[in-house]
Amino acid sequence: MPEPERSRPTPEQLLKQVEAEERHQRHGKLKVFLGYASGVGKSFRMLDEGRRRKARGQDVVVAAVQQQVPDDIDEILKNFEVIPPRLGLASPCIDVDAVRRRRPSVCLIDGLAHRNPPGCRNPERWQDVEELLADGISVITTINLQYIREKQQQVEAIRGKTVSDAVPESFVRRADEIEIMDAPPEYCVTRTEEGDRISEDRAARLQHQLSELREIALVLVAEVVDHQLEDYLRRQGIEQSFGTHERILVCVTPRSNASLMISRGKRQAERFHGELFVAYVEQDRMTPADRATLEQNLEEARQAQAHVEILHGEDPVTAILRFAEKQGVTQIFVGHSLRRGWRQSFFPNPVDRLILEADGMDIRIFPHGGETEAP
Amino acid sequence: MPDEAQTREGRLKIILGYAAGVGKTYKMLEEGQQIAADGRDVVIGYFEPHDRKDTIARSEGLELIPRRVVEYRDRLFEEMDTDAILSRHPETVLVDEFPHTNVPGSERAKRWEDVLVLLDAGIDVITTMNIQHLESLNDQMREITGIQVRETIPDWVTKRADEIVLADLTPGALLNRLDRGVVYAPDKAQRAKEHFFKESTLAALREMALRQTAHEIDVRYSEDNVGHPLAATGAGVSGQAQPIPTVHERILIHITDEPTTAGLIRRGRRVADYLKADCFALCVLPQPGIDSLPTESRQAIEQHLDFARRLHIETRVLEGAKAAETLVDFAHTNGVTQIYLAKPPRSVIPFLFRRQLVMKIVRLATDIQVTVVADRRKRMR
Repeated sequence: MPEPERSRPTPEQLLKQVEAEERHQRHGKLKVFLGYASGVGKSFRMLDEGRRRKARGQDVVVAAVQQQVPDDIDEILKNFEVIPPRLGLASPCIDVDAVRRRRPSVCLIDGLAHRNPPGCRNPERWQDVEELLADGISVITTINLQYIREKQQQVEAIRGKTVSDAVPESFVRRADEIEIMDAPPEYCVTRTEEGDRISEDRAARLQHQLSELREIALVLVAEVVDHQLEDYLRRQGIEQSFGTHERILVCVTPRSNASLMISRGKRQAERFHGELFVAYVEQDRMTPADRATLEQNLEEARQAQAHVEILHGEDPVTAILRFAEKQGVTQIFVGHSLRRGWRQSFFPNPVDRLILEADGMDIRIFPHGGETEAP
Repeated sequence: MPDEAQTREGRLKIILGYAAGVGKTYKMLEEGQQIAADGRDVVIGYFEPHDRKDTIARSEGLELIPRRVVEYRDRLFEEMDTDAILSRHPETVLVDEFPHTNVPGSERAKRWEDVLVLLDAGIDVITTMNIQHLESLNDQMREITGIQVRETIPDWVTKRADEIVLADLTPGALLNRLDRGVVYAPDKAQRAKEHFFKESTLAALREMALRQTAHEIDVRYSEDNVGHPLAATGAGVSGQAQPIPTVHERILIHITDEPTTAGLIRRGRRVADYLKADCFALCVLPQPGIDSLPTESRQAIEQHLDFARRLHIETRVLEGAKAAETLVDFAHTNGVTQIYLAKPPRSVIPFLFRRQLVMKIVRLATDIQVTVVADRRKRMR
């Protein structure tokens, strides 16, 4: 039997709380420029931001740049104080001690995903950044989508290339600010490849791949913004959700056409780059057959990568709505039957009540045993 | 007359932002400079300098087509000179503020209509717009900003774009710009900060713009769900994901004289676009002839039908004393998979009636899903 967990915070909520506290504890602010491919202009934007902050009177230094920089960037770099990397190692490595001694207010660090050579204090550059932030130094940095660890499998599947350097996604998500460098893929197609003219066929394929990466990067930033917005609203004590992010809640019962509802929910969630929840309101009396059906439904929901939730409460409609409001749900999928069962167990009719009481949520009603999978 | 070879339609590129000052115009001009540097023919058809120094500097060296001066109610207005652009016939034209409404008496009511004319003439257009002007998001925008946006662009117009690019900037950086007087003059900046330019509002708008851009890419480049990058792996374990049966959805929107109908049409259109579904709308009249209705009701229905058509939704009007039966019959004969209905108003007497209609339809539609769309206007703060 699943244990009641209505009032206990979910692991995600706890994680968010911890992250928010961490952000408050460290004094330095982290700003990340994210690109979906090289050649979209991340380094330029980072330096440009540094230049503007300098003009506003902030103390800005550069601690890492790419090993080979184009002329235009080299020109901009001349306006900055550069803290030289540690020398004598296999590859450059930020001199963390030197930066800390220098104590700038802002430090520009290109290529967040860089792996430090043996002999450095940290194996990865993002760990150097972490130290600087903890020490109260703000960091502006750049990263390419393919170096975000949790995205690598997806990126590799699209591009067929493997990279070994990686930054955990949670580190990127904890950034105070994240900005995406969006550019149409043809920009990269002509600019990033080896310099030779590429065939039209190859260009089209590349453009397609890059578009997929672009989409993933945009959704990632949207999610970061969404979490930050939620944090902000919560801190301000605002309960309302803006509905910027589609969240679909499928309510299943042993009698509902659960397979269809879950597959439609999954499709809708994917099309909207949204989230899928599947909930069931625990009921006392249930036949073993119903119990088995329900377990099967919930298993299907887990396979569809939905967040599965068992709700508790005297009144199922209230339990569903309370959960939906807490999660910022925008669409509820519910089954409806004319036969005995869920619909007639309560008064007034729960589907009617859902329609009337749900605020700011669409209610999609699925007839029981109606539409079949194969049209 | 353009020569006969001019059969190709122009390419449309939209630079999408979420607020004034995020850098849309700058980005547009930068692209113009790049095109000019590549030795191609580009002109500025219209750009709004807003007294921003950086922006004005980016326009330098680009040919500018002078604006047309229009007199309206003893005042002079400046509009884009579409005819002058057509006769100049550049390869590419830069047109700022895509959703702009032309001064009354102009040949076309909206700037986007001028842009369509330019595209038809084979001229490439690069234009700018903010997310809050997208028609299907109108209700949600009001919910987020508290402002009713009147200048909207039907979604099909933006679908016409070959490319949509996001001009991104964090709200923090934008507010900085506002403080430094880069975006507006000081008095206007202060007013803006009290209303629209709140950090939470900006964050929500930015999220919508990011998601919309991702969706626009999805629409253009992915072959439905097959091999969809986000379908393959989800939050956790991959490999378990089963192929999703692709069902071609057909959405039917029920049009009435209720004020909730506009929001219903927008939502139906939006979901249909996301699901790549067909979308049509039906109004059932209780007795023959729309003229037999009370004036107010008739006008409301005509407005809603017209609105649906402007969003490229096919509309039908049928007669039937029993609205629910007529609607469901129509849905059955036309292979509808989802019926979209407005949420019944809370007020008691119409509520009882509406509730019956909704529930009657649910009861009759034994093999069709019914979606009751939330009234998002109510949640305005």
